[in-house]
Amino acid sequence: MSETMNTDDAVVLAPARSAFDQDWRKIVNWGLICALALIFVSLTDMPDKLDKRVIVEPLLSMGYLSLIWIPIALGNFVTREVVLEGMAQHKKGLRELVAGVSVGAIGGAGLALLIWLLDTRDLSDPLVNWNDALLEVLSFGEGVGYGAIFWILASAGLGLAGGALHLLPAIANRLLFAISLTIVLSASLESALDDISEGFQLEWLFEALFEKKGGLSVQGAIILAVFAIAWVLFLGGQAKRGRAAVAARRELSPTKVNTVGLVLIAVAAVVLPMFLGRLTNDLLTNVGLFLLLALGLNIVVGLAGILDLGYVAFYAVGGYTAAIMTSPTSPGLSPELPWWVAIFVVVFMAIVAGLFIGAPVIRMRGDYLAIVTLGFGEIIRLTVRSDWASGFTGGAQGILSIPGADIVGIATVKGTDPQQVLYLVIGFVAIAIYVSWRLENSRIGRAWMAVREDESVAEAMGINTVNSKLQAFVVGAILASFSGAIFAAKVGSVFESSFKILVSIVILVIVIVGGMGRIAGVAAGALVLVGILGGPNQPGLLAEFSEFKLLIYGALLIWMMLKRPEGLIPNVRRSRELHQDEFLQDAWLKAQADDDDDEAVSGEAAPA
Amino acid sequence: MSERLLDIKNLSVTFGGLNALSDLDFHVDKGEIVSVIGPNGAGKTTFFNMISGMVTPTSGDIIFRGESLLGLDPNQVTARGIARTFQNVRLFANMTILENVMVSQHCRTKQGIMGALFQTGGFKREEQEIREHGEKVLGFFGSRLVGYRLNQPASVLSYANRRRLEIARAMATKPEVILLDEPVAGMNPKESEELTGLIGKLRDEWGFTIVMIEHDMGVVRDVSDRVVVLDHGETIAQGSYDEVSSNPAVIEAYLGRPAEEAS
Amino acid sequence: MTTAMRSKAAPRTGVDWFLTFLRVLLSGLVLFGLSAFLLQQIDPGNPLASAINPDANRLSWDAFQGLVISGLSQGAMYGLIALGYSMVYGVLGFINFAHGEVFMVGAMTGMITSNKLFEAGVWEDNFLLAILIAVLVSVICSTVTAVVTERIAYRPLRGSPRLIPLITSIGVSFFIQNTSAVLLGPGAKSYPRLPDWLRDDIGIGPFDIEGKKLLVLVVAGLSMGALWYLVERTKTGKAMRAVAEDKEIASLMGIDVDRTIVTTFAVGGAMAGVAGILWGILFGSVTEFTGFLPGIKAFSAAVVGGIGNLGGAMAGGLTLGSSESLAPQLVLEPLGVTGHTQLKDAVAFLVLIFVLLVKPTGLFGERLSAEERA
Repeated sequence: MSETMNTDDAVVLAPARSAFDQDWRKIVNWGLICALALIFVSLTDMPDKLDKRVIVEPLLSMGYLSLIWIPIALGNFVTREVVLEGMAQHKKGLRELVAGVSVGAIGGAGLALLIWLLDTRDLSDPLVNWNDALLEVLSFGEGVGYGAIFWILASAGLGLAGGALHLLPAIANRLLFAISLTIVLSASLESALDDISEGFQLEWLFEALFEKKGGLSVQGAIILAVFAIAWVLFLGGQAKRGRAAVAARRELSPTKVNTVGLVLIAVAAVVLPMFLGRLTNDLLTNVGLFLLLALGLNIVVGLAGILDLGYVAFYAVGGYTAAIMTSPTSPGLSPELPWWVAIFVVVFMAIVAGLFIGAPVIRMRGDYLAIVTLGFGEIIRLTVRSDWASGFTGGAQGILSIPGADIVGIATVKGTDPQQVLYLVIGFVAIAIYVSWRLENSRIGRAWMAVREDESVAEAMGINTVNSKLQAFVVGAILASFSGAIFAAKVGSVFESSFKILVSIVILVIVIVGGMGRIAGVAAGALVLVGILGGPNQPGLLAEFSEFKLLIYGALLIWMMLKRPEGLIPNVRRSRELHQDEFLQDAWLKAQADDDDDEAVSGEAAPA
Repeated sequence: MSERLLDIKNLSVTFGGLNALSDLDFHVDKGEIVSVIGPNGAGKTTFFNMISGMVTPTSGDIIFRGESLLGLDPNQVTARGIARTFQNVRLFANMTILENVMVSQHCRTKQGIMGALFQTGGFKREEQEIREHGEKVLGFFGSRLVGYRLNQPASVLSYANRRRLEIARAMATKPEVILLDEPVAGMNPKESEELTGLIGKLRDEWGFTIVMIEHDMGVVRDVSDRVVVLDHGETIAQGSYDEVSSNPAVIEAYLGRPAEEAS
Repeated sequence: MTTAMRSKAAPRTGVDWFLTFLRVLLSGLVLFGLSAFLLQQIDPGNPLASAINPDANRLSWDAFQGLVISGLSQGAMYGLIALGYSMVYGVLGFINFAHGEVFMVGAMTGMITSNKLFEAGVWEDNFLLAILIAVLVSVICSTVTAVVTERIAYRPLRGSPRLIPLITSIGVSFFIQNTSAVLLGPGAKSYPRLPDWLRDDIGIGPFDIEGKKLLVLVVAGLSMGALWYLVERTKTGKAMRAVAEDKEIASLMGIDVDRTIVTTFAVGGAMAGVAGILWGILFGSVTEFTGFLPGIKAFSAAVVGGIGNLGGAMAGGLTLGSSESLAPQLVLEPLGVTGHTQLKDAVAFLVLIFVLLVKPTGLFGERLSAEERA
C-alpha cells in the first residue's frame, strides 16, 4: 500500500496548491487527535518512566521519544493522500508545511493545557499518574509557563518536520527512516550489544558507541547514522537486487531453497551462543520458546486458516506432561523418566489433546471456533489449578524440582546454564522450521491452503477438510508441547499461571506482526516482540517497558490489522489474499492487456 | 447398450417449504454428454449441489455405479469419481496454477505427514506423478496454462482462463463424471466455440461423461446427446435437443422467447 | 450462493463418532450427577448415594434458592452484555471481542463516579439520585467507547474476511484493558458501601432476595424492555433489523447503513454500561480484568440463546448464569469432585461447548442473514 505514496519521477505534477488552500476541518481533526495522543501518552506516565532509558545521551530518551514521534507522524499524515491513477497530483510545497505546523501546534496546545491542569487541579484520585513528577518531566522543572510554551513551539516544529518529509525526495525519506531506526534499535539493544561485544572482544567498539551510564553517545549516534546511510546507499540496493533475484527464481521453482543463506544461519546458530553472555543467551532462549510456539500457531492460523485462541492449552499440556513425567516430587504419578523419554509421552499427550480439543470445534464457523478454543484453553488451566486435579498437577502449588532436560544420557540441560538451554531450543526450532517447510510444500500443506482459501470448494475437490484441519491442529499442538516441555526443564517448575490466555494472544500477535504463513516473518516477530519488549511473563531488553508492553501489543495488533494485515515480512500469497480486491483488479487489467492468445476477434471477454 | 453411470430417482428438495426441485428422475449413461437447461431459478445448480453432496435431498436417491451417494460428504463423492466446476468460478486464487491442479488430486493420493517429513521415495514419486498429471490436464488447453504460468497465482488469469483452469482442476481429480456449471458463461463467441469443441474432446479423448448446465443454446445443441429441461424445480422435458426444442411446454417455459432465441 | 448444508445422517467418520461419544458422555455425566444429587437429597446415607460420594450432604432450600438468585442476577448481567454481542454479530457478522471491555469501562467509570458522589455525600443522602447519575455516566462512557472503537478499528475493515475484525477486536480488548491498568493503576478498586436496605433480604414468595440482587434483576428487566421497544417498535429498530438482514438492499431502501451500525454499537455499549454498574453494585469492586471473563461468557450466552436473537441473548444469559451457579453443587459435588466451586468458570465454557455440539444454532434459534450464516 505504501507504494502508492512514492511519487514516480515520470508523473507530471500539477503546480503546488496555495499554502492556505487547506482542508481546515481535517487539520483541526488531526490536531485534536494529536493533542489527545500526547495527553494520553503523558498520562500513561511513559515520559517519566521511560526517561531513564536514554537513546542519545544528553539529547533524547525513550520517554521523550514516546511524545515527539506523535506530532511528526500526524503532521505527516494530515497531508498524505492516496494517489490514484489519473488523478491530478500536485507538487508538494508550503501547503504541506502549513498543515504540519498547524497540527503540531494544536497538539502542543493540548499538552500545554495538560501541564496547566497538572499544576492547578488534582485529579490523582482516578488517574494514578497525575503527580508532580509528570509535571516536572513535562515542564523540564522550569515552571508551567516554560513547559507550556516549549511544547507548543516544539510540537509545532515537529509537525513542521513531519510535513516537510513530503517535500524531500524519496531517497532522503528512506535515509532518515533508516537512520532513526538504526539509532533507536541500537539503543534498545544496548544491554544485548554490551553482552555480545564482550564475547567477541569488541568492547572498544561498544565503548565508542555508548556512554558509560547508558545510551548512545553523540559520536556513537553519528557513527551509526553514517553506517545507516552507507547501508541504504550502497549495500541496500544490492541486497534488494539479490532479493529480487531470489524471488524470481522462486517463481520458477518454488520449492528450491537458498542454500547459502541456510548454511549461514546454521553456522550462526551453532557458533553464536558460545560468544554470547548469560543475559543474551537467556533472552534468546525466551525468544526461541516463543518462536517455537509461534511456528506451531503459524501452521494452524497461517497455513490452515484456523484461528485457535486456546493454543496455550498445548503449551500447558507439554509443560505439565514433562513435569509429571520427570519430576521426583510430582504428586500422584511420578515415573521419573529421563526428559528425552518423557518427550515421547509429551508428543503422545499433545496428539491426544489436539484431537480431543480439535474434534468438537473443527466443524464450527471460524469465529465460533476461536471463542470455543479460548474456552478450552481456560478449562484446561482451571482444571489444572483445581483441587480436584491437584493430585496430579499440584494445583496452585504447581510441580517443582524438575531435574532439567536429560539428552539421551549425554548431557543434562538445566536452566542454570542458559547457553545449553539455548542450544536445546535452537535444536527444536530447527525441527519446527523443517517441519513447517516440508509440510507447506506437500500434499497436506496444499490441502491446508485450499481449506484456508475456500473450504466448501476444497471439500468439493476431494479434500476431507475435517481431517486436514485436524492434522494442522495436531501438528501445531505437538510443536507447542515441545516448547512447553523445554520451558518446564528450563525453569525447573510449572505453575498454571504461566499458561494464561494472555500467552495465546501474545503468540497470535507475534504471528500476525511477523507475517502469517511465513517462517522468516514469524522469526522476526518473535525477536522484536519477545526480545525487545518481552513476553507475557518474561522481561525483554527494555525492562522499563514491562508496564506498557501489553498496551503496545494491543495497539500494534490493531495497527497491523488496519494497515498491514499481511505482517512486516509478509507471505506473498497471504498478502494477496488480504488485498484481494485491489489485486484482482490489477491482475485482470494486466491480463486483458497481455493475453495475446485470448485476444478476441469479435467482442471482448466480459468479466462477470 | 451402454453402462448406466448415474441414476437420479425421484429427487426432491425443499428449502423452508419451497420446492427447489421435485421428483427429478433421469439417468446418465457412460460416455454421454447431458445438458441440463432451464430458466434462472429452475433448480439446476441445486441439482448439482445435491449430486456433489453439498446439499442433502429431502427425498429420492442418487445412484452412482450402483451405489447410493446419499449421506456422503462432498469429498467422498469426488473420491468416487464425480468432479464439478462452479457457476461463479471458485478457484484457489492465491495458490499457483500448478498447485490448483495438484491439490485436487488429493483424494487420489495418500502420502501423509511422515512421507513429507522424511522425503521418502514414495513421497517424491507421488509428488512427481501428481505434478506430471497436473501438467497434462493443463496441457489440454494448449499453452495457456503451462510454461511460465505454472507457478503464477491463479488470480492473475483472465476470466476465460480461470474457467479453463476450473475445468482442468476438475479433470485432475480423475473423475468418471464431470459436472460443468455454465462452462462458457462470460466467454466471447470465439472462446465458447473453442470450449464447445474441447467439451467434445473431454468425452472422446479422455473418456469422461459430462453433465452440463448451460444457457447458451448453441453450445447445448452442438455437444449434447440429451437435454433435460427444468422449470420451477420440475422436469418438463427430456430427450434429444431437437425433440426438446420442439416440445411446446419447453417453448412456453424457456425457449418461447423468440427474441432471445435468435441471439 | 450455495450454502453447504450438513446432513444429520448417521455418523460416518471418526470425528462424527467421537462427537456422538462426547454428546453422550456429557449428557450422561449431567444426568448421572443430577440423579446422584436427587438421591442424596432424599437421604445422603442411602447406600447408592454414599457409593457415589460418601461425603455428600443435603443441600438446604436456603442454600439452593441463594444459588438460584445469584445465578439469575449474574446471568442477567451476562444477558445485558450478550445483547451487544448479539446485535453486532447480527449486523456485521463478527464477534466484537472488545465488548467485554466496554462493559469494564462501564464498571470502572461507575466506580469513579460513585466514589466521587460518596465523597460529596450524595451517595448516602440520596442514594437513588446518586445511582441514577452513576448509571448515566457509565452508560455515556461505555457508549462512547463502543462508538469510538467502531469508528477507529472496525469501520475501515468492513468487507474484509471475518477473522480480520475479530483479531482487531482482540487488539482493542487488550488495549482498553491495559489502558485502564496504566491510567488508573492495576488491581481491584472498590465501590462505596451500599445503603443498608440494599443489603437486607426482601421476601418475595418463597424467595428471600438480597436487595441489590433484586435491583439488578429489576434494572436488567427494564433495560431489556426498553431495548425491545427500540428494536421492535421504532424506526431506528426497523432500520437495524433491515441492515442485519441485508446491508446492500437496506442502503438501496434509503437507510444510512453506517449510521445504523453506529447506533447498533451505541445501543450495545449502553446495555454493557448498565451491566457494568450493576456488576459494581453486586460485587462491590472492579479490576481491569473484570471485562474479560464476563465478556467471553456473555458471548457464550449469546450463542447459547441463538446469536442475533435478542430475547435469546437474555435467556441465554440467565441460562448460563444459573447453570454456572448451580452446576457445581448439583452435578459436580454429587459426583465427588472436590473444590467444585473452583470449576465454576469451566462449567460456563462447558455449557457453551455442549450447546454447540447438540444445537449449534442455540436454544432459541439464531437470526442471521444468509451471508453471515455461510
